[in-house]
Amino acid sequence: MGDHGPAKGFSRWLFTTNHKDIGSMYLWFSFAMFLMGGVFALVIRAELFQPGLQLVEPEFFNQMTTMHGLVMVFGAVMPAFVGLANWLIPMMVGAPDMALPRMNNWSFWILPFAFALLTSTLFMEGGGPNFGWTFYAPLSTTYAPPSVTYFIFAVHIMGASSIMGSINIIATILNMRAPGMTLMKMPLFVWTWLITAYLLIAVMPVLAGCVTMMLMDIHFGTSFFSAAGGGDPVLFQHVFWFFGHPEVYIMILPAFGIVSAIIPTFARKPLFGYASMVYATASIAFLSFIVWAHHMFTVGMPIAGELFFMYATMLIAVPTGVKVFNWITTMFRGSMTFETPMLFSIAFVILFTIGGFSGLMLAIAPADFQYHDTYFVVAHFHYVLVPGAIFSIFAGVYYWLPKWCGNMYDERLGKAHFWLSFVGLNVTFFPMHFVGLAGMPRRIPDYALQFADFNQIASMGAFLFGFSQVFFLFIVIKTIRGGKQATDEVWENPEGLEWTIPSPAPYHTFTTPPAVK
Amino acid sequence: MLFFSKQSVKRPLSKFGSVFALLSSLVLSMRSFAADSEVAAGEAQRWVTNMTQGVTAISHEIYDLHMLIFMICVAIGVVVFGVMFYSMIMHRKSVGAVASKFHESTLVELAWTIIPAVILIAMAVPATSTLIKIYDTSDADIDIKVVGYQWKWQYEYLGEDVTFFSNLTTPQDEIYGRAPKGEHYLLEVDEPVVIPINKKVRFLITANDVLHAWWVPALAVKRDAIPGYINDVWTIVDEPGIYRGQCAELCGKSHGFMPIVVHAMEEVDYQYWLEGKKIQAEELKLAMSQSFSMDELYARGEQVYQTNCVACHGPAGAGGIGPSLIGSSITTGPINGHLSLMINGVQGSAMQAFGEQLNNIDLAAVVTYKRNAWGNNMGDMLQPVDVLNHKRSL
Repeated sequence: MGDHGPAKGFSRWLFTTNHKDIGSMYLWFSFAMFLMGGVFALVIRAELFQPGLQLVEPEFFNQMTTMHGLVMVFGAVMPAFVGLANWLIPMMVGAPDMALPRMNNWSFWILPFAFALLTSTLFMEGGGPNFGWTFYAPLSTTYAPPSVTYFIFAVHIMGASSIMGSINIIATILNMRAPGMTLMKMPLFVWTWLITAYLLIAVMPVLAGCVTMMLMDIHFGTSFFSAAGGGDPVLFQHVFWFFGHPEVYIMILPAFGIVSAIIPTFARKPLFGYASMVYATASIAFLSFIVWAHHMFTVGMPIAGELFFMYATMLIAVPTGVKVFNWITTMFRGSMTFETPMLFSIAFVILFTIGGFSGLMLAIAPADFQYHDTYFVVAHFHYVLVPGAIFSIFAGVYYWLPKWCGNMYDERLGKAHFWLSFVGLNVTFFPMHFVGLAGMPRRIPDYALQFADFNQIASMGAFLFGFSQVFFLFIVIKTIRGGKQATDEVWENPEGLEWTIPSPAPYHTFTTPPAVK
Repeated sequence: MLFFSKQSVKRPLSKFGSVFALLSSLVLSMRSFAADSEVAAGEAQRWVTNMTQGVTAISHEIYDLHMLIFMICVAIGVVVFGVMFYSMIMHRKSVGAVASKFHESTLVELAWTIIPAVILIAMAVPATSTLIKIYDTSDADIDIKVVGYQWKWQYEYLGEDVTFFSNLTTPQDEIYGRAPKGEHYLLEVDEPVVIPINKKVRFLITANDVLHAWWVPALAVKRDAIPGYINDVWTIVDEPGIYRGQCAELCGKSHGFMPIVVHAMEEVDYQYWLEGKKIQAEELKLAMSQSFSMDELYARGEQVYQTNCVACHGPAGAGGIGPSLIGSSITTGPINGHLSLMINGVQGSAMQAFGEQLNNIDLAAVVTYKRNAWGNNMGDMLQPVDVLNHKRSL
């Protein structure tokens, strides 16, 4: 039996069960969503460039903030990590493919339909979802535009896709490891994804339940979230954030895995504390289930609740600190070079830590009464998500792209992309700390005059950051089409089974399991 | 910077000037920077980079807590990033650094678990004590019920028979750039909530439709307004002044356009104001039984329309997010149907029930106005007593 290649034409992609093809499709899809969500963000920043209403009306502005959040979370970040998981996990554990290849195809292909459905609402009468990505009831139920039903259905499909993807990842990691690949020998990217997959299976059904209750309230006369009918609007927030807080770790744990692979390679030194990294990841995942109400400090919980959620939230700083200290100790007394993946990883460590600091500040409940729902929060979560999730994805793509397509990317262009993104990101999001502290609420289309200067700066940064990503698209396409031939190892002594196979990785790998020492 | 109104521009900044201002504000951001509890006349304070210290004991405590945590973070950041940049500079391959192979050290790992935990406990102590104070809403001198509506606030002085709405007064022309923006652009209302200084004022916060959040930074009070719940918060303001805030929970289209203005004054002035409001309420009750001319109703109705209806139906009744009122089946249909719709609203739409929000005079006036403005020319009108009778018949 020879090594047969992929089918020809469009049917290759439609019917494929190959983890590499599906990984590529996930990555391209997520990049398309990243650009779309980015355009929504630029509409927001253009409107906020100066006080007054210039470009869009408030109702459309609210649709933009909502769709930006939904598309970035569910369309850009999550599928990108699933794409990386598809490409890398089988190669990292020495498996020939994912455990459930047909389901793999299905989990990808329902996604474009979910997002087509979601995006189509923008063209419907009454407009698309306009209640924020957190869709608090009753704004999202009794007071929602008719298109909310499409939104609910789209969320259901996204949830199904995520759950299937997670089952597949867990099944692959637990059953398909090459002989000798014990759990504590797995690369950290595999570990972080294993834990992330469990988080997803735990909380996506909660999200599905949440939107189903909304559906019942809207169409079937129930009153889960309507006070007038005996329901409870605060229940919505508890259910949503019981999903929502683990969700934010779903978007960051795989990033930890990527950075933990890249920093040792370019420091030429093994990761300082592998075992403690695994335990820290597990601790963060556990804590993520008991901190959700820190998003709700102002709803008027009893003081015992406030104190519990404040303490539990502060506790997250400990395992997160362990991770940061580990990365830095790995760099310490290494022999460092600064190729593009390393630059993105270092920026990840610095900026994610800054986001962690503002997270710690937000955890302090009395101070949160001033921060809550201001631009300080917007600054915080963009500091953890953009240089956190997004930069780690960039780092991962630069790091493994030569393995995937067999060509080296252009280092000078990669570094240019890094610096443009780095500057753009900070110019965009750093001033948001200031306007937030000065008192600017989030999700407003127009603002008082004292917020004007920093908003103008943020808007300019946003356009710089946005256009830098088109440049990234150019670099990736250029690399796929040609460039210096990559060696099998690509980098200097990188660790991992994926570097033992040829570059580009053949269509089928590890059809016979490798030996793991 | 070209787009500001004259009043708002403090000093014309050159390109380099603004870069300098940014840098200096970055540097200054670590220092205590009292924000705009009282904005200097004619100018909005610019380049504010830090939380306001506010005007209450609690707001000062929160500010100190905020600065304490911030400084601890800065200190940790200096150490962590210091080590990181040290190794990035000293341990590069290009300067001939050779990688050592050390890894794993139980001692180090224990240290960097335990030390942060101790720091966290040190942070939790003052945070807990402040939180306990904030939650002590007992023994209030004055109770004010605050109700969030789409998109305005209602204040009810419990036991005083004083109730009013507080609406944004910034004209549409300023918002759409057809007029220069005023000093308190988007932070100005027709009727501020008035409180005495040095008294414990308790706010009982709820909402009528969707979630809102009542936030005044200078008081360090922010609490969600939730239908079906009454949340209580309190404040004791030290200094007389006008303190401005905004709704802090997304509540729909005009979320950015429902500010909060608190006017804190000396006790005697407050009592004087309260008496004035009571007399006004008496006068209004008397007026309810009087009749008004078409011109009077039309003029009053126009005012009511500009405050309550313009956001959805547009300045000239031509519609927007809401339907056009020009020649519509409601405004040119039976007058009682029109009034019913105003009183009850339209279920499941943004059209609210104004029966409880507007008094009978204003309802009569606004219906009369809509039926006679913009070429509707129906020629009919309502008196307050008609509204009263209609409400009774419903």
